[in-house]
Amino acid sequence: MSAVGKWLPSGLFGRGKTFARGIHPDSHKDTAGLAIRRLPFAPEMIVPLSQHIGKPAIALVQAGQEVVRGEPIGRADGFFSLPVHAPVTGVVRAVEPRMTASGAMVTSVVIHTHPSSDQQVLYRTPQDVAALSGKALIQAIQDAGIAGMGGATFPAHVKLAPPEGAVIDTFIANGAECEPYLTCDHRTMLEQPNDVIAGVRLAMRACGAPRAIIGVEDNKPDAIRALRAALRPEDAITVEAVVTKYPQGAEGTLIYALLGREIPIGQRTSAIGALGSNVMTLAYIGRLLHVGEGFIERVVTVTGPGVARPGNYLVPLGTPLRFLLEYTGAHGNEREIVLGGPMMGPAIASLDVSITKGTSGVLVLGAAEIATRSARSHPCIKCGECVQVCPKGLNPSMLGMLAAQRDYDTMVGHYHLDECFDCGCCSYVCPSNIPLAQQFRIAKGVLRKRAAATP
Amino acid sequence: MMNQTLNQTPKIELRTSPHIKSGRTVEQIMRNVVWALLPITAFSVWQYGLSALLLIVTVTATCLATERFMNRVMLTGNTLSDWSATITGLLLALTLPPSYPLWMGVVSGFVGIALGKFLFGGMGFNVFNPALVGRAFVQAAFPVSISTWTPAFAPGRFSGLIPTTLTAPLMTPPDIAYWAKHALDGFTGATPLARWKFENVLATPQDFLTGAVTASAGETSAILILLCGGYLAARKFMDWRIPVAVLGSAALLALAFHVFSPVRYPEPSFVLLSGGLLLGAVFMATDMATSPVTPWGVWIFGGIIGVVTVVIRYFGGLTEGVMYAILFANSLVPMIDQYTQPRVFGSLSGQRKGKKA
Ligand code: SF4
Ligand code: SF4
Repeated sequence: MSAVGKWLPSGLFGRGKTFARGIHPDSHKDTAGLAIRRLPFAPEMIVPLSQHIGKPAIALVQAGQEVVRGEPIGRADGFFSLPVHAPVTGVVRAVEPRMTASGAMVTSVVIHTHPSSDQQVLYRTPQDVAALSGKALIQAIQDAGIAGMGGATFPAHVKLAPPEGAVIDTFIANGAECEPYLTCDHRTMLEQPNDVIAGVRLAMRACGAPRAIIGVEDNKPDAIRALRAALRPEDAITVEAVVTKYPQGAEGTLIYALLGREIPIGQRTSAIGALGSNVMTLAYIGRLLHVGEGFIERVVTVTGPGVARPGNYLVPLGTPLRFLLEYTGAHGNEREIVLGGPMMGPAIASLDVSITKGTSGVLVLGAAEIATRSARSHPCIKCGECVQVCPKGLNPSMLGMLAAQRDYDTMVGHYHLDECFDCGCCSYVCPSNIPLAQQFRIAKGVLRKRAAATP
Repeated sequence: MMNQTLNQTPKIELRTSPHIKSGRTVEQIMRNVVWALLPITAFSVWQYGLSALLLIVTVTATCLATERFMNRVMLTGNTLSDWSATITGLLLALTLPPSYPLWMGVVSGFVGIALGKFLFGGMGFNVFNPALVGRAFVQAAFPVSISTWTPAFAPGRFSGLIPTTLTAPLMTPPDIAYWAKHALDGFTGATPLARWKFENVLATPQDFLTGAVTASAGETSAILILLCGGYLAARKFMDWRIPVAVLGSAALLALAFHVFSPVRYPEPSFVLLSGGLLLGAVFMATDMATSPVTPWGVWIFGGIIGVVTVVIRYFGGLTEGVMYAILFANSLVPMIDQYTQPRVFGSLSGQRKGKKA
């Protein structure tokens, strides 16, 4: 977008589909031109049995056992769960708790990679997807172990199964990729548009939607062209450009931009006839289902000032972060490592965690980025910037003052704290450098604990 | 080797998202407001000479000293570096008459910072604009001096001081009517607003635009104020909606009166350009801490200021109403914010919209 366009109120002058408020951070999409490359296999893989939201998988293997690439090593524990597949051919060394990005210890399968194996996927159960109907299709998606790859890691099949009685009129494929630095969705749309479209077709069938819209931010015209070229005349699918603005790729904002419908407070997208998935998730559904393979590797953007060889890498799930950083040449002065985008991704405390289903990016920030952020904090000067950017229409200034007084009940009761989804726009603009989003996260955590304590 | 660097990673920092910032800071905003005030300050010194310079320096220094003193008393960190006290000092000095006795300037600066700001808890917590609190206090305490005006561009303004400037503390300043008569022929000692109100004489827009009128130190050059305000608005250091709302509502109301009775009520341009309305609308009503945060609130706030200013000028006992209008609107800000909360995404009308499916 042009420098001038940045200052114009979005939506005016026919500048395209978008939502109210939001921010325009520097995009830093330096890796957008770099084709996806395969990362070599690490000598040791650490595969957590819980890489998604929901119940962890149940281990199917024991220490000492041989596994082949693609073989299930954990099975789903019910509908709200996902299986896990072996990312490499090798020997299971242990099934034990290991640290994950969130800091929690999760039961993981540790595999020693077979050095002489050519790492072909040896385990597959091809199926005729064209013959699968709604329920069977949902089952097939679950069997592939696919979790939402935009960061939330909600099991893909759960999201695609409409609740009883809901009528879905539009399926939304989310190719906005509004987080700065990340380009893995962009590359996927550009290099594998046929997989994305195949995935959209399957998703439409799974949820019963008669039409689909793929929303892509207008800073990715090549991806839009590639997707349009992959469409067949009979497809009821359109590819639409949305304004480049953060958080355009949040589900509520994208649906609003494309359909003009707001998700009513406290309800799911199905309440307004829409269901959505991220484009990379769809690409994997489109690619894996008919060959009957499990989800064992994904595209990860590795970037930031602290990385010597930034790019988009096809990373086997379970690859230790340390191995990935060594390979991409993270030099010694990195100060902060973020999994995902800089706006919402968590910073990690240890390099001994592994890349999992929800890891969209590894961002290595240097001292310079941190310096701007750790400037001095002032009291709220009521500049109103935060109110002008909150995509949810909240009043972060007021919420911040209430958070400082620990008045959590007023925050929820009068200022809609529950609607805050951590997008971080308020913290990003605050000239007083108040960690607003963080305060709200803490407040929500306290309230959750309190609710759990009082049944 | 790479392995080694990665192995010793105690310097990894753990913070929560977002990990990037816009880079805009309080210091940057405030510093730019100071820059924008400097041309106006310089112009006022050029207009009124040494006395104005001394007054501006004294009041600003008082504000800074008071800020530091209050930092010590209230055990807060040093807040001089956020530039807000400098803004208060400059603004306050610019609203005072150039002939104002320095010691009264010291009183107003101290009151503005100590009572107007720190009594409420410091920057961001203050309800009223500190500069206006200081000015309102001395207006009540020393009503004569604050309505004693001297001519602009008086000859010899750089070679000597106005006699009142160096009045000893707690002493009554000498009458300057005699001095002023000699300094400039036909000088009346009244501001254009007072002349309109009491003598029904109107100054022309040209006089205002170039500053050739009698006024407070910084209230005279409309062009300069608009240029400096325009700079702040263009760089988004100031909310342009507030001055637009203030001036717009004042102009509309003045126009209504003028149409109703062209003889009794002046044209809107006189209302906009006279007194401290421009300076107040551009630099005082826009004080972030004492204006609303909601989009609608900002318009309402500005509208109230414009209307109240005109009402005070036309019907009140005072010649000038901007200061009280802003202070009055300041006091309403919590309520305005309360009633103009933005609509939460997904609530009410959105729900109806959403029921389409
Ligand atoms: S983090 Fe919450 S309060 Fe802040 S802008 Fe996002 S939704 Fe609004
Ligand atoms: S952006 Fe920060 S300083 Fe400005 S109103 Fe919001 S919380 Fe206050």
